[in-house]
Amino acid sequence: MTNLLVAATIPDAITFAVAAVICVVGALGVVLARNPVHSALMLVMTLFGIAVLFVEENAQFLAAVQVIVYAGAIVVLFLFVIMLLGVDRREAFEREPLPAQRPVAILLGIIGLAEVLLLARGRWPGGARSVSAALGTPGDNTRLVGQSVFTTYLLAFEVTSVLLVVAVVGAVVLARRPRHAPGDEAGPAGATTEPDEATDGPEATDPELTDSGPAEGEGDGTAGGGRTRDGELAESEVTSS
Amino acid sequence: MSIDASWYLTLAAVLFTIGAIGLLVRRNVLVMFMCVELMLNAANLTFVTFARKLNDVAGQTAVFFVLVVAAAEVVVGLGIIVSIYRRRPGATADDIHGLKG
Repeated sequence: MTNLLVAATIPDAITFAVAAVICVVGALGVVLARNPVHSALMLVMTLFGIAVLFVEENAQFLAAVQVIVYAGAIVVLFLFVIMLLGVDRREAFEREPLPAQRPVAILLGIIGLAEVLLLARGRWPGGARSVSAALGTPGDNTRLVGQSVFTTYLLAFEVTSVLLVVAVVGAVVLARRPRHAPGDEAGPAGATTEPDEATDGPEATDPELTDSGPAEGEGDGTAGGGRTRDGELAESEVTSS
Repeated sequence: MSIDASWYLTLAAVLFTIGAIGLLVRRNVLVMFMCVELMLNAANLTFVTFARKLNDVAGQTAVFFVLVVAAAEVVVGLGIIVSIYRRRPGATADDIHGLKG
């Protein structure tokens, strides 16, 4: 701790200490909270602490992106899924299929951490300081990151856009209920088959209903999605009450 | 003058360890997913620390890409989780041992 205070000015040291405590407490909260909603809120706490550390480390743009993307989008997505699925009940810690797993996991984690800290003691890997892409002054950060993304890493940036498109398509495909599968007609309960037949009604005049699925299924899937989602909400309310 | 980089790296190692232990210990799929996010953030902190230490903006660019990949991963992963829960409500990671739904 004396090393910390000697090397740094007092405000920096205080900022780092507070943000580090926030991060670690939030991380422990994510792991230890029994309710998934509490875990998600603790995750927000950790992410904010890391954003503070980003500012402290001269990465202002990333700090803003961290708050906007992580706390603003990803955690909200988590909360939406938790609440829509109705899984915000406590996890049953008593039923342990593999009793030795928890102590062994904690032991392994602590051994790994100790190993890293002992091996790197005082000699964290360094390297030559960059001469081509300097970090610049704090006001330059966004410009420099943008320059780096759009020149040096332009190909990676384009590939990233492909990845995002794939993710969107994958999410849409996963969220659709597979209605054209042969075994699914008899599968769902009456509450879900009712809306399906209702949406199939106008389409039934089409002779090749099952073959022309993909093109028509898209628009139909969105219309049916709202109804089946309502059905699920009702189901989850029934199970939770 | 700001804090020495080794403190940031130590903190990142601690956060990563907590995330890894949580991933191994918890049974709820959503919480396991959050632990993965925790580990990603620890790695991000390391990237930014080395970007400052080596005075190179490429580390921050790497964090930018990690953020994008994390967002895509969350979208697809949550889609999978939703479809799993749709078939078997209240499923934990132990119940998902077969690839057939």
